[in-house]
Amino acid sequence: MTTTLPPGLRDEIEQLHDDYAETVDRQDIEAWPAYFTDDCLYLVTSRENHDAGLPHGTIYCEGIGMVRDRAAATRDCTVYEPRYLRHFIGRVKVDAVDGDTVRARTPVMVVECVSDQEPHLLIVGAYHDLLRRTADGLRIKERRVVFDNFRIVNSLVFPV
Amino acid sequence: MNTATAEHICPGTHAQEPTETAAAPIHLQRRWPQEGHTRVPLWIYTDPAIFRKELSVFFGGDTWNYVGLECELPEVGSFKRAWIGDKQVVVVRDAGGINVVENRCAHRGGAICWKNKGEVKELTCPYHQWSYNLKGDLIGVPLKRGVHGEGGMPKDFDNKQHGLRKLRVTRFNGSIWASFSDTVPDFETYCGPELMQRMRRMMPGRPLRVLGYSRQIIPCNWKLYFENTRDPYHGTLLHTFFITFGLYRADSRHHTAPVAEGRHMATYAVPGERKEGLDVKQELTRFRGDLQLQDMEMVRFVDEYGDGQMSALQIFPGAFAQQHANILAMRSIVPKSPGEVELDWTYFGYADDDADMQRIRLKQANLLGPSGFVSMDDSELLKQMHNQMVGYPEAESFIEMGGRDVQPQVTMATEVGIRAFYAFYRREMGL
Repeated sequence: MTTTLPPGLRDEIEQLHDDYAETVDRQDIEAWPAYFTDDCLYLVTSRENHDAGLPHGTIYCEGIGMVRDRAAATRDCTVYEPRYLRHFIGRVKVDAVDGDTVRARTPVMVVECVSDQEPHLLIVGAYHDLLRRTADGLRIKERRVVFDNFRIVNSLVFPV
Repeated sequence: MNTATAEHICPGTHAQEPTETAAAPIHLQRRWPQEGHTRVPLWIYTDPAIFRKELSVFFGGDTWNYVGLECELPEVGSFKRAWIGDKQVVVVRDAGGINVVENRCAHRGGAICWKNKGEVKELTCPYHQWSYNLKGDLIGVPLKRGVHGEGGMPKDFDNKQHGLRKLRVTRFNGSIWASFSDTVPDFETYCGPELMQRMRRMMPGRPLRVLGYSRQIIPCNWKLYFENTRDPYHGTLLHTFFITFGLYRADSRHHTAPVAEGRHMATYAVPGERKEGLDVKQELTRFRGDLQLQDMEMVRFVDEYGDGQMSALQIFPGAFAQQHANILAMRSIVPKSPGEVELDWTYFGYADDDADMQRIRLKQANLLGPSGFVSMDDSELLKQMHNQMVGYPEAESFIEMGGRDVQPQVTMATEVGIRAFYAFYRREMGL
């Protein structure tokens, strides 16, 4: 049970999620790093790793430099089949509010359509977030995308 | 049943017409191209009969298969599941060591162990509660003597005849290998001296620590994945990331060494020709001036072994032991169907790594796996390749880069690893 949240906080987090998802689904990879703080951690990992406390991430970005590097390398250094991603984001569960920071978990599902096949489920899991209020609004200090699926269907090309 | 031809049954009809009663045999030309191991017929990637035979001859045959690391099983009773081809096994530690048994009850054949990892006192099948000790011996059969004198197992039922199937197990410096074969030679003989030397470099007996797993299913035949890791030629051409950041270059002194008659493969190289006083950032500009990494730790290579090398070892049929810069990983190939292969990555470090070393390994791991800046190119490409092969079973691929022989070479401009593999493959498969 969540205690009373500061007014507007849930709306604010939902807005952040919506904007983030829209940016990523649009494959606007240059705009993606702007959602993170400079000292961020962005990790995409399996439930298997997460539950066992194992630090490896399928995507592992420590600091904004690595987030920007992932954006640049995805754009310029990789070969992949054209695809669309679509995020479906569930209801936010706020776990803690502490000064400028908020801990929250949010269910997320990402469906992928590749060039000539039926859509498939790319990721089903949750965002485990630590968000921080900045002059520009809420930003992601830490996002662990923990996916419940045992394995990835072929490749996880874009950030989720 | 070849006596009843269409002519016998229906005189006067066209001999080639199928009849209702006689199944018309489909005769396929399954003949390897005359050129031998410089050609690969594409039917080997899609034919279900070939696939079944490969599982039996290779994964179920005279081979050693990677099933895990000892540090994954810290206590007596710790277990994990693993696949050897299409057979799932349970790897479990008991007081005497590590055992590998089939995950298949001796009673009705169902899975005993439903979890990927955990701790148990004994192995019990949920269906009828048959229980086995950690060596796989049957120790309990409920209602064995029946109820009130009725039912129960026959009097001559002997627990000893109904244990789990036990595999041969070998441990090498922290890694665990299993075999269905009673005739495969010991692990060191199986690998041969060159591969063992390379394995010892990466696993010298220093305790290991698992950093995590990555699992993906690639829609291609397992051999396409297998060959890809034997093909250094594509390294600087497909993988833009390597070229851009100077991690792998066409002028590297690249050892491309098929070993044990083409069964296994050792590849190793000193990445690039790093000149003294030239830091990585300067080197970058020679490849792609407009693209620079903001966090150089992802590509900065700490020379842990003092030889400057990167090393990829293939231990037939399903294992890759890789040291790519500071990424250490075991990869396990699990064929699922002619057109699907699961790839399981176990990333590890040494138990005594400091925080900096662990961070570097975690950062560099962005190059490999389903989201790897390098590996992603391969999983994407192999899918496209398999898609096209399906429609052309009678076509063949051409593998003459680096000549036509199968001897080790010191160049990356070669496909000798693939040729050597197919020389071996044809002998084993009788093709």
